[in-house]
Amino acid sequence: MMTDSKTTPSAGQTVGPFFNYALLRDGDNDLTSDGKAVGEIIIVEGQVIDGAGGPLRDVLLEIWQANAQGRYNHPADAPANSGDRELDENFRGFGRTLTDGDGCYRFVTIKPGAVPGEGNQWQAPHIAVSIFAAGLTRRLVTRLYFPGEDANDADPALSGVPEEDRMRLVGDVAEGSDNTVRFNIVLQGDGETPFFED
Amino acid sequence: MIDDTETQENREYWEYEPSSQPPYLTPNYKSTVIRSPNKPQYKLPRTLTETTGPLFTQDDLVADEYDLSVNAKGDAAIGSLMVMDGFVTDEDGRPAANTLIELWQANSAGKYHHLMDTRDAPGDPNFIGAGRAVTDSEGHYRFMTIKPGAYPVPNSGNYWRPPHLHLSLFGRSFMSRMITQCYFPGDPLNELDHILHGVPDVDAKERLIMTFDPVVGVHEHALGYRFDIVLRGRRATPMVG
Repeated sequence: MMTDSKTTPSAGQTVGPFFNYALLRDGDNDLTSDGKAVGEIIIVEGQVIDGAGGPLRDVLLEIWQANAQGRYNHPADAPANSGDRELDENFRGFGRTLTDGDGCYRFVTIKPGAVPGEGNQWQAPHIAVSIFAAGLTRRLVTRLYFPGEDANDADPALSGVPEEDRMRLVGDVAEGSDNTVRFNIVLQGDGETPFFED
Repeated sequence: MIDDTETQENREYWEYEPSSQPPYLTPNYKSTVIRSPNKPQYKLPRTLTETTGPLFTQDDLVADEYDLSVNAKGDAAIGSLMVMDGFVTDEDGRPAANTLIELWQANSAGKYHHLMDTRDAPGDPNFIGAGRAVTDSEGHYRFMTIKPGAYPVPNSGNYWRPPHLHLSLFGRSFMSRMITQCYFPGDPLNELDHILHGVPDVDAKERLIMTFDPVVGVHEHALGYRFDIVLRGRRATPMVG
């Protein structure tokens, strides 16, 4: 019976009351290596809002994404299945930041390419988002998709979200800026962001 | 024999056992009431997005980041010196090598180095309260620090958080990313803690309490505590035949 011994993963606990500033480095919210990364540089920004409608400060947001060619900087995205997707030495794909006193955050990154999904499917360009905050007992997970992408319609993760809520995972084009995508995260209630199982 | 370098990224992941993780809505932990989603979480296919993630090595560390007990100039923080020592493994008990661990905590008076911690308790100029380590090939890590103090939660009817350390781990993928807290054995506040007791499963809860272990301490210098962590995922079963 011990051939399949498996230990349950350790329990998560809240990041609160305070994440330590010293663990964040300058530039953690800029994924582009000072603009050297290949691809279209974009700003992803927004606000985190709680169930009372108020902005939430000190939320630790982390993003993980493929590069402009849709390749993850990780050995599990191996050359054998990479096709034409090549690594970019100036793009690691990970960033993080804390929301400010107004609950606002900002990342500078590259618009990711489409990446392989299950089987022969492809996933629409997207960014994985982890959310840690005081009052969140453990991580919340969501995804940001991009406006105007035909591939959104067939994306396997987006398709699992009820149609009326899908648009909440698609960022908005910011007024007056071609390269800014706005993505607000509503933890609870009206306009609640769809979250995925962690 | 299995070649580690070829198989270690071929990993399987399961959903968390619900009772082993705290539900988002934990009414005794009051701020969850307006921060926990009302809707259930949607299923996410396990794709490359989830099975990859940022990787770290010892090269990402600056020297002595494992030691929180002295500041950059070598001045000592005030408090009871302690070593925190342990192993990080996957669900099969295999070492989780090259995993970044971030540690942060309150000072010995229970005060955080943070603008929003305005409680009337002394700060410690020699204690920032943050450190980092990367596990070795055996999944081993070690921190030197001081024991944090308990602190009262404002407007909570004199509820005090027990002394605890915050730990953040990345593992090999987005799936294994987790943040937790660990507690001191025998502290009477543990029994009363809403955050620790938000974990339903008794065993999962007890695994968040460190073990007092003089062997990992430093003789006549620092107490020793052992804390092991299991990250989600395990190596995929190799195909046979």
